[in-house]
Amino acid sequence: MLKDITLGQYYPVDSPIHRLDPRTKLSATMIYIVSLFLADNLFCYLMAILFIFAVIHISRVPLGYIVRGLRPIFFLLMISVAFNLFLTNGEPVYWKWGFLQLTGTGIRQAFFMALRLIFLIMGSSLMTFTTTPTALTDGMEKGLRFLRVFKVPVHEVAMMMSIALRFIPILTEEADKIQKAQMARGADFENGNLIARAKALIPLLVPLFISAFRRATDLAMAMEARCYHGGDGRTKMFPLQYKKNDHLSYLILFGYLLIVILLRFLF
Amino acid sequence: MGIIKTAKLIYEYARRDEDNNVVETVRAVDEVNLDIQEGEFVAILGRNGSGKSTIAKQMNALLFPSQGTIWIGEKDTRDEKFLWEIRQSAGMVFQNPDNQIIATVVEEDVGFGPENMGVPSKEIWKRVEESLNAVGMMAYRKASPNHLSGGQKQRVAIAGVMAMKPKCIILDEPTAMLDPNGRQEVIRTVRELNRQEGITVVLITHYMEETVHADRIIVMDQGKIQMTGTPREIFSHVQELKSMKLDVPQVTELAYELKKEGIDLPDGILTIQELVDALCQ
Repeated sequence: MLKDITLGQYYPVDSPIHRLDPRTKLSATMIYIVSLFLADNLFCYLMAILFIFAVIHISRVPLGYIVRGLRPIFFLLMISVAFNLFLTNGEPVYWKWGFLQLTGTGIRQAFFMALRLIFLIMGSSLMTFTTTPTALTDGMEKGLRFLRVFKVPVHEVAMMMSIALRFIPILTEEADKIQKAQMARGADFENGNLIARAKALIPLLVPLFISAFRRATDLAMAMEARCYHGGDGRTKMFPLQYKKNDHLSYLILFGYLLIVILLRFLF
Repeated sequence: MGIIKTAKLIYEYARRDEDNNVVETVRAVDEVNLDIQEGEFVAILGRNGSGKSTIAKQMNALLFPSQGTIWIGEKDTRDEKFLWEIRQSAGMVFQNPDNQIIATVVEEDVGFGPENMGVPSKEIWKRVEESLNAVGMMAYRKASPNHLSGGQKQRVAIAGVMAMKPKCIILDEPTAMLDPNGRQEVIRTVRELNRQEGITVVLITHYMEETVHADRIIVMDQGKIQMTGTPREIFSHVQELKSMKLDVPQVTELAYELKKEGIDLPDGILTIQELVDALCQ
């Protein structure tokens, strides 16, 4: 059923992490990424690993589920490890052949690079696992409101994102309908090489785009009819509000960041 | 003066060719005079291109008159300072149920109007609950609109308008894309709102059956009002309606044909029950 596609990778369980304000989770992800880039010795990484596993445990998202999310980057990971492993200059040199060499520095760098990448993906996917796309949009709208000073249309972008989320299932269904209608009249979407198949999509995309524009006109009119006039003077049915747990999380986050920084300079 | 009043309302638009030159001006609405009272249930009937949808958009200040005036609650729609007040007091429900639902959760969509008006959060919750109850969709408040049937989506759209506390609702062919069950669902909801909450209803449609319960029917053709009267009065004129490419309800047509064949029946029979009663006398 196309209707049932869940967007993003939201994992629907109830946990203290799921209940956190989306802004808290957004900042937490940012802080975690910063901490990964600050880390440059084993102790820092141990701290980062400990931290993410603790959070995963509290979030009640199964570890296997998160690890599976790493599969798409496996190839990228291997390439970056190989580059670091064989192309880094340094001491001591264990093996050398042409421009390829295996050095102690290289091994160290490749290892840390792999850790960094793996935990970067784990950290940010944990956010999408525990936050619905709608909440994420709301969080961005409110959390990034300060950007309005620089004339960034924060509200408008957030509104567009939430409308896109609403219409993705409708448009997928429509694409499916158009495709079936064309297959019924002999269109071939499955055979031929890549170029032939890409070409076969054009007669699918044209009607889809036309219909999307039509829907956009209708929707704009319906929004105007319901008094929509931009973000000014608008209230929210569910305004985002920091609760006790959010304040606590911020404390823990800054504590964690401080420890990582300390570990970096101590060792 | 009624809640919706028009005086010699004219709306013209230019038809252009590919080079953007004006080919002709089309008069979609031609000197229409209307006066709709508060609490009334008015149906506007007409075939495609009769100007009925254009009039509906005028009532919500989505289109403005070329000539003449339209007042909503004694406010001229062309006065910009009344724009949001007019759109709040005259809510509008459109034809396509998918293209007027904005949020991904039913209750958030119903709250969209009040959010735009700057109503405080607590008050929005109250209004959302009241309007979902009024259309009988309370059980679906947390559902995704994508999982609802067409009729249910239209009821959500009606709830979304109700949450703005309008004085009147304009429905622009709300049932054109629905199956017979969904159509009944929507019409029943609209009738209940009219009778129980005293909301003024303007129902624009080309389905005759839906207008049977209206207080007044206005028949439009070629941008002009051709007939106006109670359903019984209107449906007595089977011949004229047919000349405007409109169909009368099946029972009415049957009664009309029987009468032509010499059976003694009153004019303007609207329901099966009435026909049965008249025949058995």
